[in-house]
Amino acid sequence: MKTTNLSLVSKVMLLIVGILFIASLFLPLWRIELDAPQYPEGLTLQLHANKIAGDVNIINGLNHYIGMATLHTENFFEFKILPYIFGAFGLIAFALIFINRRKAVLVFLITFVLFIALSAVDFYRWNYEYGHNLDPNAAIIVPGMAYQPPLLGFKQLLNFGAYSIPDVGGWLLTGAGLLLATIVWVEYKYKKTT
Amino acid sequence: MKNRFLKATFAIVLIGAYFVSCKPKNTSDVAVGDAAQRVYVAPGKYDEFYNFVSGGFSGQMSIYGLPSGRMLKVIPIFSQDPESGWGYSEETKPMLNTSEGYIPWDDQHHLELSQTNGEVDGRWIFANANNTPRIARVDLKRFKTAEILELPNSAGNHSSPFITENTEYVVAGTRFGVPGDYEDGDVPINTYKKNFKAHISFIKVDKESGEMDLSFQLRLPGVNFDLSHAGKGKSHGWFFFTCYNSELANTLLEVNASQNDKDFIMAVNWKKAEEYIKAGKGKIEKARYAHNTWDDETHTGKSVIKEEVLVLDATALKDIVYLMPCPKSPHGCDVDPTGEYIVGSGKLAALIPVFSYTKMLAAIDKKDFEGDYEGIPVLKYNSVLHGEVQKPGLGPLHTEFDGKGNAYSTMFVSSEVVKWDIKTLKVLDRHPTYYSPGHLSIPGGDSKKPFGKYMVVYNKITKDRYLPTGPELTQSAQLFDISGDKMQLLLDYPTIGEPHYAQSAPADLIRNNGQLKIYDIKKNNHPRVSKGEKDTKVVREGNKVHVYMTMIRSHFAPDNIEGIKVGDEVYFHVTNLEQDWDVPHGFSIRRANAAELLIMPGETSTLYWKPTKVGIVPFYCTDFCSALHQEMSGYLRVSPAGSNVPISYSLGTNLPASSK
Ligand SMILES: [Cu+2]
Repeated sequence: MKTTNLSLVSKVMLLIVGILFIASLFLPLWRIELDAPQYPEGLTLQLHANKIAGDVNIINGLNHYIGMATLHTENFFEFKILPYIFGAFGLIAFALIFINRRKAVLVFLITFVLFIALSAVDFYRWNYEYGHNLDPNAAIIVPGMAYQPPLLGFKQLLNFGAYSIPDVGGWLLTGAGLLLATIVWVEYKYKKTT
Repeated sequence: MKNRFLKATFAIVLIGAYFVSCKPKNTSDVAVGDAAQRVYVAPGKYDEFYNFVSGGFSGQMSIYGLPSGRMLKVIPIFSQDPESGWGYSEETKPMLNTSEGYIPWDDQHHLELSQTNGEVDGRWIFANANNTPRIARVDLKRFKTAEILELPNSAGNHSSPFITENTEYVVAGTRFGVPGDYEDGDVPINTYKKNFKAHISFIKVDKESGEMDLSFQLRLPGVNFDLSHAGKGKSHGWFFFTCYNSELANTLLEVNASQNDKDFIMAVNWKKAEEYIKAGKGKIEKARYAHNTWDDETHTGKSVIKEEVLVLDATALKDIVYLMPCPKSPHGCDVDPTGEYIVGSGKLAALIPVFSYTKMLAAIDKKDFEGDYEGIPVLKYNSVLHGEVQKPGLGPLHTEFDGKGNAYSTMFVSSEVVKWDIKTLKVLDRHPTYYSPGHLSIPGGDSKKPFGKYMVVYNKITKDRYLPTGPELTQSAQLFDISGDKMQLLLDYPTIGEPHYAQSAPADLIRNNGQLKIYDIKKNNHPRVSKGEKDTKVVREGNKVHVYMTMIRSHFAPDNIEGIKVGDEVYFHVTNLEQDWDVPHGFSIRRANAAELLIMPGETSTLYWKPTKVGIVPFYCTDFCSALHQEMSGYLRVSPAGSNVPISYSLGTNLPASSK
């Protein structure tokens, strides 16, 4: 067996990676949790591959006071293409089992990492856009105040604390990335000498 | 001389001091030392029990937390409630409809939580209206009155609403015998003995929906049915009623109805009655009574007048009813958790008789009768008696149970609550109450499974218990810890109206029953709902104008309305578009001859308004809903009758000049 071929363990892991990608299609990827004194139960915004879910209407209703544009799934082209991208990732992972080349897995890992970086930039851009592009006629205007949610982690926005973290689907993707990295690492490091 | 005078004065003062110190201790230091800790519920923490308390002459039901005594809510049932718009909004008016039209008030005495297998199940609570006989069902997911059923052939619906152990029936006895609605009621009052009859209603409850249906009524002699309770466990299938005025007096009852040494506890074999009904022994009689139901999806009440009722003559048929002699005008009628012991509280008696169900069955079997009363067999007192509680106190009224073999009875005249052993009938403990208790309530205390930790006593006299508030005082409830051998007074708390019976349930049972937080606007099927601002409009139909309006933080849509004329009849159909917890909005309009509307998220409610003056009329939100609540308002232009200002409406833009 050529060293550039994949071990059985790696193939099983690729199978899992593919399943994780497909599963993430049906689960929320990211969540922004909002807490305020008068919302002890909290409000949650959930980003799926194909839609915004959670307490969208309530959050839109509250955001009109500060003049933030309302959130609607149809206003984001991302929700139209993300399902295809994740679907394709899943299929590629399955295909790699048969391609059976460690280099191909490496290329896929790099592609995935680039995709995540791009997504983060995109997410930041939207957060910035919504947080800064405020209606000048809004009822509440705090000079110098922007309402950009954090990319990751916690940030206080007036009476709301915003906590931005991966949701179940996001953790599945994280797992997929880690598994890919593990495959690459094992394939390159431990099979060098054989 | 002077010295002797001083000595004498000193002696008098000393003797005086001695007598003062002999006077019983002031009532204020009777609570146990650590009572404050035991009733303290820290901020943000929950009480252990929901305490549902009848409102008496307020007509409503109030809800408190135990052990804190904090009031959580008042649920409007039989009386108009301007605070919520109950009885004022077009949707709620049908709920207070009766066979004689809209009735804005009643006297609400007793409550009974629904049960499954004899245990409180946390689904509904039933309430009686004493004055205009009705039974209501309150839904405990929404804490809202879901249904009100009027009772024909009844007057003074006092011995109700008590239920059978699987909520098969809600039972309602009448306190006043009167001629049936199907008979000629235009009779001389002194023909009481001949013409006055008492009817007991058996109301079937649907297992799933809870909807009530008057299944049948038992026709009985015109005694006064006072209170009742269902048998349970072994005595399931029987119902027990106290009755007074077996003298059948129709004047000066306080003397004339207190002549007989014994009145009765009436035992009803309702399973037997069911058999007779099945066998076609009942008679369909003409009657008129309202059945009012609330629809959660149209947010509207509907009132239907029913025309018939099935009546079974209990005295003409065998084996349905028997009488057990009970001393001196009995009041409370309470059945212990095992279903074996029936406690009758003769309010003028010096003892409490306890009857045995087993002995009663045996006596019926042996036909151990001492005679009959108006055609009903009367069982021998000694054959059915388990025993008597001797010297329990003065004026026994009501009894509840702790599930550990003990009974607790209130003594109106001697103003105390007395704990006694059901089997041995020995008095175990007594504790003063302040003052003159009526009902008492132990969570689950009339069910098969009491939660014998707390007991609340509802006093009839308040006097000096709280800071004075002029001649009219609040009523006073008193919380006891009954978990130990001795009853311990923990807390006084004031209540609304005049509480009679109350019931309590573990907090988790109600809290986790699927409590509703909002009404889903997608399921709102109100015929005049506006599901969004784009659906709002103002439509004229002759002199009627329908305003379809929405409310959301912090504006109405529309908020500028013109084209209304003096003499118009305006209906505001207002929908709260919020889908967020605890964001009601209110709607009020100047000089409306009604109350506000308090509208829950997702709900539609309608206010009727007839403008009588030309001018500009503001309307506004009455519930402080948001930081910009004060901005939540609008204007309506009223033009003279015959004016040709067209209907127009807007939000956020000034109306076109043509309408000016
Ligand atoms: Cu409001």
